[in-house]
Amino acid sequence: MKGVGTILVVAALLAAVPLFGVSNVTLNFLVTALIIALAGQGWNVLGGYGGQYSFGHAAFFGTGAYVSAILQLRYGVNAWIAFAAGIGAGALAGAIIGGLSFRSGLRGSYFALVTLAFAEVLRILASVTPITGAGVGLLVKLDLRPEAFQFQSRVPFYWIILALVTVSLLIVRAIENSRFGAYLVAVRENEEAAKALGVNVIAVKLGAMVISAAIVAAAGGFYVQYFLFIDAGIAYGPWISIEALLAPIIGGVGTVFGPLLGALVVKVLGEAAKLVTGDAPGLDLMIYGGVLVLVIALAPRGIAGVVADLRARIVRRKPEAKPEQPTAGHHV
Amino acid sequence: MLSPAILFTAVLNGLMTGAIYALVALGLTLIYGVLHIINFAHGALLTVALFAALIAYQTFGIDPYLAAFLLAPLFFGLGYLLQRLVIGPAARGEDRNILLVTLGLAVLIENALLYVFRADTRTINLPYAFEVFEIGPAVVALPRLAALGAVAVTTLILWAIMRYTSTGRAIRAVAKEKLGAQLAGIDVAHIYAVTFGLGTACLAVAACLLLPTYYVNPGAGNAFVLVAFTIVVLGGMGSLVGALLGGLLIGVVESLCGFFLGESLGQIGIFTIFILVLLLRPHGLFGEAT
Amino acid sequence: MSLNRLNRRTFLQSTALGAAVIAAPSVLRAQGAPVKVGILHPVSGALSYSGQQGRLGAQMAVDAINAAGGIKALGGAKIEAILGDAQSTPEGGNAEVEKMNSAGVSAIVGGYASSICLSASQTAARYDLPYVVDVGVVDSIVTRGLKNTFRFGPGFGVIAKTALDNLVAINEAAGKPAKTVMIVHEDSAFGAGLAKLLNAQLPERGFQILETIAHPTPTRDFNNVALKIKAQNPDIVIPANYYNEYVLLARTMQQQRIRPKGIYSVLGGAASSYKFVKEFPDAAEYIMDCNHWFDPKNPKAQELKKQVEAKGQFYTYEVYMNYSCVLLLADAIERAASTDRAKIIGALESSTFSGHVMPYGPTKFVNGQNQGAAPVNTQVLKKDIEVILPAAFASAKAVFPMPRA
Repeated sequence: MKGVGTILVVAALLAAVPLFGVSNVTLNFLVTALIIALAGQGWNVLGGYGGQYSFGHAAFFGTGAYVSAILQLRYGVNAWIAFAAGIGAGALAGAIIGGLSFRSGLRGSYFALVTLAFAEVLRILASVTPITGAGVGLLVKLDLRPEAFQFQSRVPFYWIILALVTVSLLIVRAIENSRFGAYLVAVRENEEAAKALGVNVIAVKLGAMVISAAIVAAAGGFYVQYFLFIDAGIAYGPWISIEALLAPIIGGVGTVFGPLLGALVVKVLGEAAKLVTGDAPGLDLMIYGGVLVLVIALAPRGIAGVVADLRARIVRRKPEAKPEQPTAGHHV
Repeated sequence: MLSPAILFTAVLNGLMTGAIYALVALGLTLIYGVLHIINFAHGALLTVALFAALIAYQTFGIDPYLAAFLLAPLFFGLGYLLQRLVIGPAARGEDRNILLVTLGLAVLIENALLYVFRADTRTINLPYAFEVFEIGPAVVALPRLAALGAVAVTTLILWAIMRYTSTGRAIRAVAKEKLGAQLAGIDVAHIYAVTFGLGTACLAVAACLLLPTYYVNPGAGNAFVLVAFTIVVLGGMGSLVGALLGGLLIGVVESLCGFFLGESLGQIGIFTIFILVLLLRPHGLFGEAT
Repeated sequence: MSLNRLNRRTFLQSTALGAAVIAAPSVLRAQGAPVKVGILHPVSGALSYSGQQGRLGAQMAVDAINAAGGIKALGGAKIEAILGDAQSTPEGGNAEVEKMNSAGVSAIVGGYASSICLSASQTAARYDLPYVVDVGVVDSIVTRGLKNTFRFGPGFGVIAKTALDNLVAINEAAGKPAKTVMIVHEDSAFGAGLAKLLNAQLPERGFQILETIAHPTPTRDFNNVALKIKAQNPDIVIPANYYNEYVLLARTMQQQRIRPKGIYSVLGGAASSYKFVKEFPDAAEYIMDCNHWFDPKNPKAQELKKQVEAKGQFYTYEVYMNYSCVLLLADAIERAASTDRAKIIGALESSTFSGHVMPYGPTKFVNGQNQGAAPVNTQVLKKDIEVILPAAFASAKAVFPMPRA
């Protein structure tokens, strides 16, 4: 399959990082960035390829996290099985929310708002229901055994999240190369035209939503295993909805590597801003916000767009005003 | 314990809270109606306005209600420049970029405030903030009653601007048909900025009305944003009357839900309505169906 | 600088024995390499005010120790504070612990919020890095069996029990005028946990709970809560929420002319805050609170208060708790006579430190929890905050029921 090689090479390079004896600070940084990359890739399936901008992907992150934690804590389910169940629950949540909104024909700002509202409802519910630990949150017991999906060292965690990200990259590549992907892009570009050509628009969007939600739920489930603590604000709070959409948009929306690139850049930017400003509260995030505005002003198609432009310039072809769909376009 | 007197008071409370919601939502819906964007910096700008009102009172001794007359034009200018010099050029007409620019601005503004003012909560203690009126069985604090009145006046002014001035007509033209308006010689970039300025001016007024009974910290404005989104949708995106009625309605619903289901669930009441309206009547209770 | 002298004197007292025992090797090292200590607080984000106050207290302690000659057992080695910002999130705290660990800190102090403490202490445990929790009151912080984690202050269980005991004592001393109670709490970790404990135990102590009202943080408006209180007319209102909501609630109650026999808050966000008392003296008067508080009879605590106020800051519990935690840790390092993590953990386990500014008595850790740690009861009287219970630390007598205006 086309493009799989690149993904595997990137994954192999990243997987080799711990072999060079990097510090746990770096590993921890990479793990947090990869969690965002994974969530961002989930968002990218629906937002980037399907053109449906969700502001509430926290709904799936939180569902994956809570279902995994609750199964372990309240029902003694093995952590790995609980993790898988969390992904399933996230997909189900995606099917429900997607089903309701797409059937009602919501798109654009309306879709963004309805997803935001769903996430908020879940956040409030989670902060009052006993099974989610209400306001206190859930603390997964420290049990440093591989069977319990917990490790003494940061390295296995890193490899696992990297593997999850790699799988998500492969999924997105497969979508790009599939008929489903072509339909999805067609829906993004012109829903009415796609419908006229006989594409089942609702089914296509719903499919994208379910895949998207499942990937984000995996990020949530991994978060629980890594930090062993979850509460309503972390699980369903707006922070993850925002970071999940920021990564692909900075990196290059609707591209395979965009979310990974974006997550790394956003996180490096945050750290660099912190380093530069020292411990002045707020100054680092202030710079972060400013740079975000600048990036959008100067590189609106994300980093992938800049790279594509540069490459085009090198090949001495004028960078055409081609919108940011790289390979999937030719199927339509 | 459910007596008509309590019900009356709860509804009245809801109306007065709803009035402030409505004013915040008015700014948001105005911007949405014309620019077709969700302004993520709305909450951060409300916080800026709250701090401005705080400084006006603490440093210059200007009463918040008087400060409204000063801050509204000032914030109109701020909003105008923000759209003209930052959001407009950076976004280049792409919705996605506007969303991100306003998000970036929100982060920037909030943390600039955090840096300058630190995170502690500030309040002002006005002598008349504890004056109360008795309306039937209800005891109502003066600042809340004043807010209700001021929101009505502000809405009326806004409506008059939209209805009777040439700028207002231009705004409505751009909102309806951007290309046509452009062909008719309307400077769309200018109108966009004017609209953004008006929306921001609404926030200045809201901040001045809030300050006597609320508090200020670098995240204070955020508490109102999600509610404002709800109202904007409920009222029909872009509809001023819708935002006003939607704001009052949400205030009452929140109040009653909070009263009967508990405060935590009161907010669920809002979002449930929000979702239902989106799913069943996405053009709002008062908007025209497509 | 009188404060420094005072600090030195009390500091030396508490560590004299340890210092004498290992004085000999310290002579060999000239000026020891600095001892790195991680100071972790959420100085940005939602909790940044508390975080900044906590950092202030910790830094003042570090300065005081260094001015008094550093760690004697390590040849007068200075303490070097490695500051960390948890950004008000558990993963932020986690990342800072990683950084501190690789910076080679000997121990970490701080966390503030329960969720940050839980996550940060767990990460520290991976490196056997001693972690002294400054505030975080959730009891699971010390019940997870982490050997590296020590909590100097009291947890929920102790706070709730003390609050109840004192409420009963105050009520009985006044001839039992109060029978009914309403609880108003915020719905996250701190308020919800407390409300649960109160609901379980208040009826056993002869109080009838009329209603328990949960509200989210932030809550924009308290008129409905006030309305309910007015309708039920309880003898005592028990609020448990954060500063902003507390201020709104107290103001709304004042507006609505609601005056129960007593307002008795537990870890009340504002009731034992000098800021609140200064800004809303009328709303604050007679409010009682069961909260972290310094020992008012300890001259060192009063001296610190003056110093903090001279910096234009309020003397909040984050300041003196962190101040005490850093002193506690320095004492342990002194006795361990080493920057070795395991030795410091050992020294903390056997700590009997009493040079702090809290009304806890000598420190004694059992499974990481300081047994002497307890909240005290304060009341706002004549625009100042007085300790009313326990009697040993009291600076005034409780005024209950509140006089009718």
